[in-house]
Amino acid sequence: MIETGLRLMTGGEAVAEAMRQIDPDVVPVYPITPQTPIIQGFAKFVADGRARAELVNVESEHSAMSAAVGAALAGARTMTATSSQGLALMAEVVYIAAAMRAPIVMALGNRALSGPINIHCDHSDSMLIRDSGVVQLFAENAQEAYDLTVIATRLAEHPDVLLPVLVCQDGFTITHSAEPVTLLDDEAVTEFVGGYSLPHPVLDTARPTTQGPFAMPDYYFELRRSQTEALEAALAVFGELSAEYEELSGRGYGPLEAYRLEGAERAIVALGSSAGTIKDVVDDLRTDDERVGLLKVVSFRPFPAEEVAALLAEVSSVIVLDRADSPGGAAPLHAELAAALYGRGNELTGHVYGLGGRDLHPEDVRRIFAGEAERYVGLRGEPCPV
Amino acid sequence: MSRLKTLVRNEAGVPPLAGGHALCQGCGVPIVVRTVLNTFTQPVVVVNATGCLEVATTRFPATAWNVPWLHVAFENAAAVASGVESAQRALRRRHALPAAEEVAVVVFAGDGGTYDIGLQALSGALERGHRLLFVCYDNEAYMNTGIQRSGATPFGAATTTSPNGEVSFGKAQQRKDMTAIAVAHHVPYAAQATASHWHDLSRKVERASAADGAAFLNVLTDCPVGWGHEPRRSLEVLNAAVDSLFWPLYEVVDGRYRLTYQPEQVLPIEDWLRPQKRFAHLLRPEHADVLDEIQRRVDADWEDLLRKCQGGDST
Amino acid sequence: MPELTTSNALRVGGVVVPGEAERPRTGGWRTGVKPEVDLSKCVNCLLCWLYCPDSAVVLDGTTFTGFDLTYCKGCEICAEVCPVEAVTMVPEETAP
Repeated sequence: MIETGLRLMTGGEAVAEAMRQIDPDVVPVYPITPQTPIIQGFAKFVADGRARAELVNVESEHSAMSAAVGAALAGARTMTATSSQGLALMAEVVYIAAAMRAPIVMALGNRALSGPINIHCDHSDSMLIRDSGVVQLFAENAQEAYDLTVIATRLAEHPDVLLPVLVCQDGFTITHSAEPVTLLDDEAVTEFVGGYSLPHPVLDTARPTTQGPFAMPDYYFELRRSQTEALEAALAVFGELSAEYEELSGRGYGPLEAYRLEGAERAIVALGSSAGTIKDVVDDLRTDDERVGLLKVVSFRPFPAEEVAALLAEVSSVIVLDRADSPGGAAPLHAELAAALYGRGNELTGHVYGLGGRDLHPEDVRRIFAGEAERYVGLRGEPCPV
Repeated sequence: MSRLKTLVRNEAGVPPLAGGHALCQGCGVPIVVRTVLNTFTQPVVVVNATGCLEVATTRFPATAWNVPWLHVAFENAAAVASGVESAQRALRRRHALPAAEEVAVVVFAGDGGTYDIGLQALSGALERGHRLLFVCYDNEAYMNTGIQRSGATPFGAATTTSPNGEVSFGKAQQRKDMTAIAVAHHVPYAAQATASHWHDLSRKVERASAADGAAFLNVLTDCPVGWGHEPRRSLEVLNAAVDSLFWPLYEVVDGRYRLTYQPEQVLPIEDWLRPQKRFAHLLRPEHADVLDEIQRRVDADWEDLLRKCQGGDST
Repeated sequence: MPELTTSNALRVGGVVVPGEAERPRTGGWRTGVKPEVDLSKCVNCLLCWLYCPDSAVVLDGTTFTGFDLTYCKGCEICAEVCPVEAVTMVPEETAP
């Protein structure tokens, strides 16, 4: 185990540090709150000669992802960062990046989608591109944001995967809050991430290829399916890489984190930083002998449906908290749970909370566990029926 | 060796864009592509925007391209190329590229992917000064999707989204001066060329590729279907564009303008319009004022261009 | 539709390698005429080679040897640009 000691860092700073250690070749950047500390931190590393990347200050997020696809497929390790409207603007290219199997690692500072325009945290941006075919990992805190970024590099580039990986951290709550973070030392990261290689780099002019062709109905279907197979394979690969990372760092990860689910009658399922709040409440309630627990989802895409069902098998009441809504339909995480648990007998309820950065307080979590919370947690005005 | 024989030698029997594609009979785009790419002696990577060229040459699983080729989307060819160029830069610094020779990054985009939806990405790439050559094959409309008007469509032209009719004479707006927009980015090299004047085009490619930064070529390219003429008259029509001064051939080297061709005899604008069905309605008496406006504007733009060229070499 | 045993038979990302799949035989687009060359008149100016959108002009070094009609669409540009009328368009029975 190689450690470099504890530092006080924000999630943004921690990811910038991870990027410096990963030492990518090309980093296209475009600013948007709240990911700016990431690209600013990295830009300073470049300016001081501590990072060797070509920093490409593009003129929009659409161009950031476009340049990233060009660089990644050309044969360069490529990283970038965005949030909210930036992700929305580049959404078209995110789908294409996945289809073209470009192993880009992107930091996502989760922020609410307009309108109205809001710079604070919710998961609507991630949910906008949930069908894009990219991997989406959610960090609970700055430490996880750092660790997942390092793991993501290997995950994205793994020959069975070769897909963009988004490492999501809640905007402001994680990106801008200082926490204790243990970093690996530079050599450990260098060794862990290894070298970058692709089956068909575009710059390999001795072996020309055509990439991004036009496909008619006779081939599109199979081409899309092959891409989905890669995303599904990412689940097992993430597990393997996390085990390797645990040997290195002492910190283990997986697609899910089960927190005190043993003997739980009621469990909340959630993504992101709220997991920390929920863990605190679970601990409190457990001291009062309430049998509650938390299932934290780390890998939202690919969604580990089988493992979710297995972990929640004995939990009679499952409560899903979505930090995004799907107006006119089922909220995203709720829909995943409903599909995963179908026919298995759990009681399933869902809440929407925290849109536009509204905090989730411990008292809210208590009320949720008690079955007394409104569907839209903490919404002022007429409460909606659960 | 003559320039044409040099192009033959560079192609070496393996066309960068081979036969076996679905571009129309007499389409000028492959002429532009082969002339441009065969001018290079170094290896090239082509980044292609969505459009006729991309769709017609790469229907999965076949491809007509024998050089590395990359397509991502419609508006971002310049951004994708910026990424490829940055990758080469980064990998070369780390000595991680197999070939010692620099790979030229060449972008092909239609006028839609350059003047309109592609403008932002192009502007960014030019401003950042990546070492790449951006070639616009300008056939003056969104041809692949059915001849719709673009910012490059000439004043008065009929397209499917600017048709002439009872109360319309066709496109009511002037064309953007895209070459001037490129020049405004302080690029080391920008030029106008045509598919027909291959020697002029090839020389410009050579100068552009020697530029230490971003180069822009705006190449007027015929479209028999969209322009409405027999395929075999393609080059005749393009010659009329140049000789009527509708499409002057010039280059701008570090901001200094230079004409590369001056017609011995200037043709009236009708000689450019008449062979093309998209302009046929303008030759009717009721549109005489539109015709006059086109001639007036062409003449005024030519005078402007001559003034810009003064002080530098001419021809 | 052509048979595809499994989706794994496709390359990663739908990448295409030149020459592996047959390109569309656009020679079938011709509708009654094809180009023909009288080599005794040809001066090897190479303009037909340059202007052919479908690379139908076959060279041996820099000498024009003839047309490969596999992809020729019959656009007639070669006949139009030939400065010595060595290339002409002649009738052709439409391919079955």
